[in-house]
Order: sequence, then C-alpha cells, then structure tokens
Amino acid sequence: MRRWITEAFVLVIAAVVAFPLFWMVLSAFKPEDEIISADPVPWTTRPTLDSFTRALTVANFGRYFMNSVIVALIVVVLSILISFLAATALTRFRFRSRTTLLIMLLVVQMVPVEALTVPLFFLMRSVGDSVPAFGLNHLGSLVLVHLAFSLPFAIWMLRGFVAAVPVELEEAATLDGASRFRFLWQVLFPLVAPGLVATSVLSFIHAWNDFLFAKTFIISAVENQTLPLALQVFVKPDQNDWGAIMAGSTLMTIPVLIFFMFVQRRLVSGLAGAVKG
Amino acid sequence: MTAKGQGRTAFAYLVPALLVLGGLLAYPIYQLVLISVYDYGQEQVSGGAPLVFLGLGNYQKLLADQQFWTVLGQTVAFAAVCVVGTLLVGAFLAILATRVRTWVRMTLFLAALGAWSTPAVAGSTIWLFLFDANFGFVNEVLGIQGFSWTFDKWTAFGLVAAQVIWCSFPFVMVTLYAGIKAIPGEVLEAAALDGASAFRTAWSVTLPLLRPIILVVTIQSIIWDFKVFTQIYVMTGGGGIAGRNLVLNVYAYQQAFAASEYGLGAAIGVVMTVLLLVITLFYLRALKRSGEVL
Repeated sequence: MRRWITEAFVLVIAAVVAFPLFWMVLSAFKPEDEIISADPVPWTTRPTLDSFTRALTVANFGRYFMNSVIVALIVVVLSILISFLAATALTRFRFRSRTTLLIMLLVVQMVPVEALTVPLFFLMRSVGDSVPAFGLNHLGSLVLVHLAFSLPFAIWMLRGFVAAVPVELEEAATLDGASRFRFLWQVLFPLVAPGLVATSVLSFIHAWNDFLFAKTFIISAVENQTLPLALQVFVKPDQNDWGAIMAGSTLMTIPVLIFFMFVQRRLVSGLAGAVKG
Repeated sequence: MTAKGQGRTAFAYLVPALLVLGGLLAYPIYQLVLISVYDYGQEQVSGGAPLVFLGLGNYQKLLADQQFWTVLGQTVAFAAVCVVGTLLVGAFLAILATRVRTWVRMTLFLAALGAWSTPAVAGSTIWLFLFDANFGFVNEVLGIQGFSWTFDKWTAFGLVAAQVIWCSFPFVMVTLYAGIKAIPGEVLEAAALDGASAFRTAWSVTLPLLRPIILVVTIQSIIWDFKVFTQIYVMTGGGGIAGRNLVLNVYAYQQAFAASEYGLGAAIGVVMTVLLLVITLFYLRALKRSGEVL
C-alpha cells in the first residue's frame, strides 16, 4: 500500500518534469489560434505542421540548423583526430615534460571559458584580417573555439582508452611488418572507437548548445547564425510567434536528445562533469 | 625506440593539440589578464586610439562600484539557491527512486533525461512560454492571466532558478542513485540486525558513505550555477530591467560588448576565474578524497 503511494507520487513528479518538453512539442503542432488563445489547453484536436513550415521558411531555420550541424560536425571530426594523436603521445611514449602537460590539461579544464569571450573576440577579429573564414561573423570562428574547449576533456578521456590497449599488440603489429602509421590508424584507432564515440557526443552537444560565443562572434552576418542564436532572435517582446519558436526549439532539442540516449550510461559513471549548457 | 626518438614522435603527435590549446586557450587567458589592466574602450578598438595602461585601475573601479557588489551578491545568492534546490530535489528523488519498481524508476529517469538534455536556450524559451503572462499555461491554471513573472526582480530570479534546477537536478539524482545502489546490502542488513531504525540507518550509515559523492555533486553544481549565462540572458532579456537581474557572467558580457568597456569586462572575467579556481581546488581535493583516479 505504501509503495503504491510512493510510486504514484514519483509518476506525478515524472509528469511534471517532462511537462515543459511535452508542452514544447504540443505547441509546435498546435494551430496558431490555439497558441494565442487566452485559455490554453494541454491537448489539440487539430495538429498541424504550420509552425514548422513557418520556422523553416519565414525564420529560415533550415539554414541555421545546417550551420549548427556543420560547426558541430567539424568540431567532432577535428577533435577526434587531434585528441587521438595527443592521447597516444601521452600514454604510449615517455618523455620529460609529460607530467607537466598532463597537469596543464587538468588546469585548463577548470578555466571558465565564459570569461574568455573578450580576448577571444579580439583574437577572432585579428584572425579574420588574414583568414576571413575563421574570423568574426564566420562559422570557422565557432569551430575554432569549440575545438579548443572540447580538446582538454577529450584528450583526458581518451588516455584511459588508449592505455587499455596492450603494448604487446603494437609489438605484434610491428613484427608483422606494419608501419607505425598503419598501426596507429588501422589497429589502435578502431580499438579506442568506444571512447571516441563518448567524447565526440559530448563535443557535439557543447558546440550545438553554445549561445554565448555564437552571440559574441556572429554579429552582423545573419546567414551564419546558429540555432541557439536564431531562436533568440525570433523572441520579440510582445509579439512572439510562439508556434514557430516552439517548432524551432523542438528541432533543436531532438538531436541532443538522441545523442544523450547514446551516452547516458557513461554519463552516470562520472563523465557527467562535462555536459551542461 | 630510443628515448630521443620517442620524444620526437610524441612531440609530432602533440603538435596539433598544442597549437590549438596554446593559441585558443593559453594565449587568450594571458590576453584576458593583459586587457584587464588597460583602458580598453571603443576608441581603442575601432579608432586606433593609444592604449592607456591602468595597472589595477579597472579592478579599483570595480571594487568601488556599488553595482559590482550588488551583482556579486546576486550571483552568490542565485547560485546558492540553485545549488540547494538542485541538491534537495535530486537527493529526494534519488531516495524515492530506490523504493519503486523498475518501470516507475525508468519513467522518472527518462523524464529527467529529457530535462537534462534540453539545450539551455530551448529550455529557457519553453519556460518563458509556459509562464507567459497572457498565453502561458501556468497562469491559466493558477487563474492569474496577465501576471508577468519576469517583470518583478524576485519572481524573475525565482523563475530562472526553477529552470536551472529543472535541468540540473537529473545529474544529482542519477549520480546519488548510483551511489546509493553501490552501498553493499550487507552493510544495511547489519544495521537493521543491530536494531537501527530506517531513519537512523539513513542518517548514520547511508549518509556518511555517500559523503564523498555528495561533496562532488555539490561542488560541481556550485561551479555550474556560478556561471549561468544563457538562462539569465534569455529569460530576463539580457539581465532584467535596468540590469537588476544581472549575474557576474552576464555583467561581464554587458560591460564588454554593450558598454564597450572591454578592459572592465576582462577584469570581471579575471575575478570570476579566480573565484572558480578556488572552488575548483576544493573540488580536486574532494575528488582525491573520494578515491577518483586523477
């Protein structure tokens, strides 16, 4: 009897926690007159895709969606390659400054990246003078900063995965005549793939959710905005198109939700420190 | 491979990472400190006016500014409310989760996962809509249509704090749940055999065993909630009416990019970094004590 009450209570809580997301999806499918009704109801009898159409055409959400995808994917690919090489160097080789490097990797993870907006803004401005594609108002600037922010953690994570591959395997590969390059990419790389998946999901979510840097760097080039910024731009005082905004929010949330499902088990075991917008 | 050869190969593998981290993290940190000791305004940025070295001038200006102290106080209070709320909700639900059947727990975890993974901008916008003065579902249910949650300073802070707790408690809940589950059954049985009440067991056995985990999630929450930017910025429209809902992070942004006081903005950034590094030191010590391999 008492467990029954506890369970009912827990289910109510779950419903309350899920309610904002339910409301988002519901509002995205509601016809416009139901959204701006003074008596909103938690259901709809006339679901429609109008809001999605408006978000994608009028608000040009498709473009911003692609921008976000491009930034996040490039960050993921580059951070996989760079962090894999760095993690290999830090676990498979012995050299003098190794410990120093490891400690520095830890320390930079603690710096609040939000505090770096001012220097990074000026850095991107001067980068843009010589390489416009990586300067202000271009997606390249966002790729650069998110790559830098995701690397320390990715390297740190991957170390464990690389270290878990026995050294004998490398010796065997060498005996079989494999060059170091081949061993690296055809033996070691596939073996640490699970670690790469986990870290790249986190890098993806970071880049995808970023609002501050997109806001700081993409000042006037409307066509290069990413989703978080675009969503914010269409929130206007007193005349919000809530249907389109909720449709946009839905489009933005779904990829993250899918990726989160992928890594949730790893997240529980302590990885969680890195995720949160 | 010779030691020298090892070092050379290792270095070759490290070059890309070092270039990125050096150029985009280490150098900006150095620049942050540098900019904070100059009078760096619009004339210097676009007009090419000569830089004026201020030394600690920006910091003196900050410390003498009433608004800085107000914002700092608000940041600490806001973070405190968020941290306490997150921990209470997370711990309470973690305990409840141990007492229900699997499908009920999975339902709760699934809902929490949804809240956890919602991007901050989307989450903030959804909450704004739910609490909208005229079209919001919450006002409809409460029968207070027309009431603006974001107008009053304290309801605005409360609303943002509720949103932050909504998307942060899942981490605490899931971690604490895992911690509770990791306590060996024999320990609890032994306590029960010795005649300890349920409350006594929770207080004298479970809680001390969970202490390291609680410490870690607490400090992690402090670090997160201390630098909330998106929620405040989106939900209060950039820091509220006349900046009365500002927290340090948004304040630094507004000083630098809205008021073109880049030097001052950088100084606030330095203050924030130092405060967070101090918290982080505690974090690392807590991690070490809880036996995590560093």
